[in-house]
Amino acid sequence: MSEIIPVIEARGLYRHYYQGSQVVKALDGVDVTIMPGEFVAVMGPSGSGKSTFMNICGALDQPSGGSVKLDGRDLAGMSRDDLADLRNEVIGFVFQQFNLLPRTSAIANVMLPLRYAGISGPDAVALCERALTAVDLYQRMDHHPNELSGGQQQRVAIARALVTNPKLIFADEPTGALDSVTTVEVLKLFQRLNAEGMTIVMVTHDADVAAYASRCLHFKDGRIIDDVRQSERAAQ
Amino acid sequence: MTLFATIIVALEALRLNALRTTLAMLGIIIGVAAVITMASISTGASQRVEQFISSLGTNLLIARPGSSGMGGRQSGAGTSQSFEEKDVTALRNRVADIAAISGVVNGSGAIVYGNKNWQTGVQGVHADYHVARAWDVAEGSRLTDEDIRRKAKVAVIGKTIATELFGGQSPIGERIRIKNVPFEVIGVLEEKGQSGMGRDQDDTILVPISTARTRLAGREGSVAEPVQMMFISVRDGASMARVQEEVEAVLMERRNIRPGDQADFDVRNMSEFIQARTATQNTMGMLLATSAAISLVVGGIGIMNIMLVSVTERTREIGLRMAVGARGRDILVQFLVEAITLCLVGGLVGLAVGALCSGLVAHYAEWPVVMDPVYVILALFGSATVGLFFGFYPARRASKLNPIDALRYE
Repeated sequence: MSEIIPVIEARGLYRHYYQGSQVVKALDGVDVTIMPGEFVAVMGPSGSGKSTFMNICGALDQPSGGSVKLDGRDLAGMSRDDLADLRNEVIGFVFQQFNLLPRTSAIANVMLPLRYAGISGPDAVALCERALTAVDLYQRMDHHPNELSGGQQQRVAIARALVTNPKLIFADEPTGALDSVTTVEVLKLFQRLNAEGMTIVMVTHDADVAAYASRCLHFKDGRIIDDVRQSERAAQ
Repeated sequence: MTLFATIIVALEALRLNALRTTLAMLGIIIGVAAVITMASISTGASQRVEQFISSLGTNLLIARPGSSGMGGRQSGAGTSQSFEEKDVTALRNRVADIAAISGVVNGSGAIVYGNKNWQTGVQGVHADYHVARAWDVAEGSRLTDEDIRRKAKVAVIGKTIATELFGGQSPIGERIRIKNVPFEVIGVLEEKGQSGMGRDQDDTILVPISTARTRLAGREGSVAEPVQMMFISVRDGASMARVQEEVEAVLMERRNIRPGDQADFDVRNMSEFIQARTATQNTMGMLLATSAAISLVVGGIGIMNIMLVSVTERTREIGLRMAVGARGRDILVQFLVEAITLCLVGGLVGLAVGALCSGLVAHYAEWPVVMDPVYVILALFGSATVGLFFGFYPARRASKLNPIDALRYE
């Protein structure tokens, strides 16, 4: 039986940058392993490094030191093009502000990653329809973002993240722009996708939102100060 | 991502910003339209001049009294003493390579046939006029040496006059009155069309030069048998320049002008016209090329400006595209295709507008307008190049953005 490869394996990760003459330690030595099928919440106050962690693990930013392996592949030394391909194949992103293309139908938005994957025609349409069905928006695939509610827009964004069948989904404050009802709607969707086997890493500052995850990483001053699993949490 | 898919993405982006797209194209549209219109007009003009010159014949020399120095006219043509019949005879006898020579006496007057009349120019000519100007009759017969000798009251009329006075019926054998003198129409000239200056060459009447002198024109100064100008055609294969020199030498001698002195007449050959025209055309071409280049560059800067604004405004979109897997090259090509499309569509619209303007000029100014396909291809190729050149910097800037910086851009 083959060994299960971690989706994310970060070792001694740090990220320093200079603000004037001051060194800001956004990440200051982070070790973490996330296995397939996990639903991880990344928590912490602003400036704690949680977003930097996500950006580096999402191959959007480079660490100052340490290593990250994504699905067994070391990001260090990869070219910009390789990183772009990796983001396309392995990762799905969900952002706080949805980042949908305006005046563009839901299905065209969902199709965007497929275009960069070189998939087009009926195959692409079929994949998009499947992704939109998974987020219960099959009926509204022709709607433009301004014709959809916030929750629906975020679900389109989730469909866009799902459409390439990635190894994991990064969600950066996915409920930050939503009201409480649609927040629950989106989080339940994440739980369902996770139950179907999708690995999800969700950045949030809201403990109620984090409660939907099965594991919670607490960041403070660029370090992980707590790593709690649901079973342990239930015990607390 | 395939190039085709990139083009689709670029076209979608342009469609999403229809107003901005239109404004960005405006510079290119106006530039290309102006160039196409000017080019069509000048091509039309030069074709008209070309037709006129070839209708005169390229082996033709024209001699007129009055000098014309290269540094400006010293006295107007026709103000000095005119030629005379003996000059024509002398040239015919002494210059071997003259194929045909005809003197001309110009007059004008009312032509009357029945109850219709027509005001036009009347040319008294020798029989060789038909040969010298390579202008035969379409119907009836030419003027003959016998007509000249007899001072016959016969006329060969131009196509326009035949149409105006006789409508559909044949004028041959009919009697017309020129300045109240009755003439018999013996022939109708072949149609020549408009001259380079827009004058209708077919609106003319030829009569024997001898008849014209006595019946139609007043006496010119002290000359017994005046000749106002001469058309001389040169034998095939003979050097135009040499024949021209010989003609000048004979005329100098006959008019008692010492070699080297300023002549009081002017002999021109058609190749001088052609040279002058070529020079004009080159100047015109340079002018056109310059204005085309300037307008395309101005249009291109407009495109670059819009593309830079577009890149800045769509930074987050670029970030998103990178996050979902766009390579730098995909972004570069997308923005390049956008810029080229802007320019190319602008070029096409400009072409249409230019064609429309040319059509309007042709219609209202009654100016011949010719759309040269070369200009069409140049305009489109030029605008695409402008798009590539001015689109490259903004596109490259977009493609070099750091994904995370682009995503976070406010």
